[in-house]
Amino acid sequence: MDNTFTPIEARKPPSSAIGPIAWMKESLFSSPVNTLLTVFFGYLIIRFVPPVIDWAFISANWVGTTQDECTKSGACWIFIKQWFSQLLYGSYPENLHWRVNLALIGLVAVVVLQFFLPQHLRRRVGWVSLLVYPLVSLWLMYGGFGLETVSTDKWGGFSLNILLAFAGILMSLPIGIIWALGRQSKMPFVRVVCISSIELFRGVPLITILFMGSVMLPLFFPAGVQLDKLMRAFIAITLFQSAYMAEVIRGGLQAIPKGQVEAANSLGLGYWKTMRLIVLPQALKISIPNIVNTFIALFKDTTLVLIIGLFEVLSTIQAALQNSNWLGGHHIEGYVFVAFVFWVFCYTMSRISVHIENKLNTGHSRS
Amino acid sequence: MSITEKTSDNNSSTTETRTSNADSIIQIENLNKWYGAFHVLKDINLDVAKGERIVVCGPSGSGKSTLIRCINRLEEFQEGSLTVDGVALNEDIKNIEAVRREVGMVFQHFNLFPHLTILENLTLAPLWVRKIPKKEAEATAMEYLERVKIPDQALKFPGQLSGGQQQRVAIARSLCMNPKIMLFDEPTSALDPEMISEVLDVMVELAEEGMTMLCVTHEMGFAKKVADRVIFMDAGQIVEQNNPHEFFDNPQNERTQAFLSQIIGH
Ligand SMILES: Nc1ncnc2c1ncn2[C@@H]1O[C@H](COP(=O)(O)OP(=O)(O)OP(=O)(O)O)[C@@H](O)[C@H]1O
Ligand SMILES: [Mg+2]
Repeated sequence: MDNTFTPIEARKPPSSAIGPIAWMKESLFSSPVNTLLTVFFGYLIIRFVPPVIDWAFISANWVGTTQDECTKSGACWIFIKQWFSQLLYGSYPENLHWRVNLALIGLVAVVVLQFFLPQHLRRRVGWVSLLVYPLVSLWLMYGGFGLETVSTDKWGGFSLNILLAFAGILMSLPIGIIWALGRQSKMPFVRVVCISSIELFRGVPLITILFMGSVMLPLFFPAGVQLDKLMRAFIAITLFQSAYMAEVIRGGLQAIPKGQVEAANSLGLGYWKTMRLIVLPQALKISIPNIVNTFIALFKDTTLVLIIGLFEVLSTIQAALQNSNWLGGHHIEGYVFVAFVFWVFCYTMSRISVHIENKLNTGHSRS
Repeated sequence: MSITEKTSDNNSSTTETRTSNADSIIQIENLNKWYGAFHVLKDINLDVAKGERIVVCGPSGSGKSTLIRCINRLEEFQEGSLTVDGVALNEDIKNIEAVRREVGMVFQHFNLFPHLTILENLTLAPLWVRKIPKKEAEATAMEYLERVKIPDQALKFPGQLSGGQQQRVAIARSLCMNPKIMLFDEPTSALDPEMISEVLDVMVELAEEGMTMLCVTHEMGFAKKVADRVIFMDAGQIVEQNNPHEFFDNPQNERTQAFLSQIIGH
């Protein structure tokens, strides 16, 4: 008998398993139920997609400045066009829009830098921008120190949603981390305080917190002191968001094996160093998808501040619809536009999150 | 080539069982520990001399891990006293951290930090605990990686290494803190057979250089080769202890005999 091992050469798969026909057979018509679903959804697509395309593009009105020029049967995008500046910047003075733009561009730049900088610079730049960016953007938005002041009641539109969301996430991350660590503390007092406050803010709808913020927060301040309306909204959002963040991070913390803490302790690292160097980097990493999720939820929730009278994008649309020059009923255009803008942003963020996950996964584990 | 900076400062009379306190580095007196109502460690008395190599064995659940984890205070105990290198382990976090700096520990499941490279795993504690300059810490780390024979893996992540390699990194990581005592909790029992010897070789070398070692292990070959004393535990007690020669050839207690016949019978 021949005992030498002869490897068999790898062969191509049989041709029936590849190619478009095989794919269709496999994924569209693999069973009677599947075939039925394919036909049903095919019908829905043919029935509804062409009219939508026709409304939004082919028969839509693009040129002009008043609603009377919307003569074609499709969407009246002139409405959006005329209100565009309001929808983006609210009542922020037109000649100062560049300041908002600069703040937003800075935001994009900070995020983009994190992807393209070499590894060793990334963390340092990340920390610096985390500290510097909020101050710079606040200065740009509010003014002072040589810039003309723009009071917060003029801020508005979609830029307000973006700023509220990013400011909220930025504040809620550190607070959420502290809260989550406190929740696991060995000291009963700290633990009880953290758990009950997390549960309090998590168990109440954001709208309620916003209302309470605008009604109750002033009670905690001495009479003459007027707390800015935007500030109140921001505090409410931060508390709400931090409570969610704490729960997300707790999930991450619990996923880190006890052996990691033991190894760090046995090397002489104390509690804070163990958390900062060993546990949190790993816990935050596995929490990224959930952090982005809560962020997307928060981003959409920023529209709720309209309830306490801030002119974010949705309330701007509503104001525009009430305007006597635009009473022709442009609700659909308005809401479709807002929905579209939010969708683009949220979808982009979820793609970024997937990208970060993939990036972080490479090289760290065998599997 | 020596694995530790310290030369064996007491290679005299390492084979006899010590009882004197003279140059002992760990003193355990009447140690008792409970998990809730469960009495895990019962009246443990143990003195470990500087440079002594002790192997702890015993059936599963007998409290071996718990005992050595008390020595660097990964577990707390309720009664008795435990002194390591002159520092009494009590509630004082200062004392606990002082002891942990001097005591290295190697775990069954390696417990390397998966988000750091091998080199970063090794330099982390020297940098943050000992406050050694980065250059110096890295040079020391590379030295130890060379001694455990994997300097070429320095920039990889733990997940990219085999089990045996990971365990050798874990040993090197502890050694980078220049500890006076090394604790091993079943360092080879999560390894495939062909990797066990590469880890044991490193441990033997370490023992030969005079490191004080406490090893929980079932590698009886290792025990015979390097141990000064073998301790047999059962049901939270130290049942019998002796030098390996006497322990294996002439066990006194029937529990020990039964245990030994079981593992040798395999
Ligand atoms: N955190 C804990 N809470 C409660 N009981 C525990 C805990 N850890 C260990 N025990 C119990 O204490 C006893 C001793 O455990 P220990 O891990 O020290 O045993 P061991 O001798 O190391 O066993 P093995 O060989 O399986 O590692 C066991 O009965 C175990 O079930
Ligand atoms: Mg054990």
